Amino acid sequence: MSATPSAATPATPVAAARPGAVALWWRNLCYVFGENPLSAIAAGLFVFFIVLAALGPWLVPYDPLASHVGDPLSPPSAAHWFGTDALGRDILSRVIIATRLDLGIAVAAVALSFVVGGLMGSFAGYFGGWFDRISTRVSDTIMAFPLFVLAMGIVAAMGNTVANIVLATAIINLPFYLRVARAEVRVRRDAGFVEAARLAGNGELRVLFHHLIPNILPPMMVQISLNMGWAILNAAGLSFIGLGVRPPEAEWGIMVAEGAQYIVSGEWWIALFPGLVLMLAVFCFNLLGDSLRDLIDPRRRT
Amino acid sequence: MIQAILKRLLGAVPAIIGVVIVTFVLTRALPGDPAAYFAGPAGSTEAIEEIRVKLGLDRSLPEQFVSYVGDLVRGDWGNSLTTGQPVLAEIADRLPASLELTLVGLLLAVVVAIPLGVLAATRPGSWIDHLCRGITTAGVSLPTFFTGLLLAYVFYFLLGWAPSPLGRLDPYTTAPDFVTGFYLIDSLIAGELDTFVSAAKQLILPAITLALFVLAPLARMTRASMLGVLSADFIRTARASGLRPTTVLFTYAFRNALLPVLTTLGMVFSFLLGSNVLVEKVFAWPGIGSFAIEALVASDYAPVQGFVLAMALLYVLLNLLIDVAYGLVDPRARLEA
Repeated sequence: MSATPSAATPATPVAAARPGAVALWWRNLCYVFGENPLSAIAAGLFVFFIVLAALGPWLVPYDPLASHVGDPLSPPSAAHWFGTDALGRDILSRVIIATRLDLGIAVAAVALSFVVGGLMGSFAGYFGGWFDRISTRVSDTIMAFPLFVLAMGIVAAMGNTVANIVLATAIINLPFYLRVARAEVRVRRDAGFVEAARLAGNGELRVLFHHLIPNILPPMMVQISLNMGWAILNAAGLSFIGLGVRPPEAEWGIMVAEGAQYIVSGEWWIALFPGLVLMLAVFCFNLLGDSLRDLIDPRRRT
Repeated sequence: MIQAILKRLLGAVPAIIGVVIVTFVLTRALPGDPAAYFAGPAGSTEAIEEIRVKLGLDRSLPEQFVSYVGDLVRGDWGNSLTTGQPVLAEIADRLPASLELTLVGLLLAVVVAIPLGVLAATRPGSWIDHLCRGITTAGVSLPTFFTGLLLAYVFYFLLGWAPSPLGRLDPYTTAPDFVTGFYLIDSLIAGELDTFVSAAKQLILPAITLALFVLAPLARMTRASMLGVLSADFIRTARASGLRPTTVLFTYAFRNALLPVLTTLGMVFSFLLGSNVLVEKVFAWPGIGSFAIEALVASDYAPVQGFVLAMALLYVLLNLLIDVAYGLVDPRARLEA
């Protein structure tokens, strides 16, 4: 390896390509949105959900926990757009308030598995050796379970709390981040710019954190957005079977569960609206994930 | 071939060991002190200590692990506190119901997803391609418990086409004699057509619910891998040699495109077994999922752990079957093994 002057002042591809990259990225964004109008709808929905989560308490027409704000089990009307449940609580208010909790659980879980899985994967991919073997074994073991079932077992064993729902969701998502980070670091470990950074006298950790990890962030971001919808579904599924969030707290999964017994007698609105909103949220994140992947890695488009 | 299967069986051993270690850790992570739990609120310190010794909780963790594995092998998976029955017997009793539902759901999904994916790949940009794209994106966004309820509402309450979503048979039909535990098969063996129809009617909605959820990854993968194979050189050569389009499509392209689809089946089974639990709850299906949920609600932990272990072992087994099928479809995989 000949240390030319340009190699002695290492510049990561991310940094070097920055000015042109933003313009290119923007053009790409316009192209993706133009090609697939659904992506634009998903982006709109995303903003909508963020607003609901942030401003929920100021938007609700009624107190979401107060019973008898309307007649029990009354169908949707002008006063109660989504109707009321068996205790006479306003379903619209409960659906809005639940946004923050549902998204919060999913974001916390995904952030946790992103940080832990990403770091473990980066170390495993960069240093190899025993740490690589152990972390690969751990992620293989997690993947040997049907993931939702493992989450059930974890919450049952550790205690029925919201924090444990977050933890369980994070654990079952960990292997995906670990694998992506490990593979991406591995292919770049001996790349020219990494060699250059090493030759310039950077320590191993500095090379890893300043030169490699910034470069594996794009595929990791794609993983996050593909994962978010699934994390929401998972958390809602756990609370649907009675884990985690306790009634009377408003949460989409639990609200669907509360409405389940009324659906066979024809009171459809109790389960329908929280279910629809949940579906819409997951749909929005899945669409965004696909668009983001098309944007960052067009070759993986399916 | 036999040798390859045996090798693959050995390969599953680390996975099984990992599964057992995890369930052991989950057992030890029980909330509270199991000894105090069994002694009851009135238990004295000596009584708790006695139970601790009896349960083996005073020994070191490796010792406890060895006796835990011994118990598992001997078939002692603990007792359910609510029913008083051994967990293993309860699970074995309910497993056929869950398997029947899961397999019929998978069958429905495969029957729809693979032709859909192939059609979409052969006509990119057509309406069927857009339909495939729409279904795959919407399908993975459906919360299974919600689609199940929606189907029950539409087909039971509004249209009256489906029977009430409760259990495997309507209340006026008795279960067929036990042969396989699959009501669809057992009723045919017994020659009771009424029972078969009744079981099929009960099964169809939950099976569709499951199928809707796993259809998406299957169709998506079929389409993607079919697209990839169709643009390969050997397909161009086959076409240029004047082979019939159906021969090219099925003998040449489809068989090769099937390999990545088989690989996704592993992930699909993970989804299936997980959402199976939710669907069982919605349709009051008497399988191991609803058994586990009942136990969870009653804070009865032995059945939950037994359930997690049984599901994990089942999943390892299914993955093994997928690998064997892979060897059947792809001769190269057989050679490498």
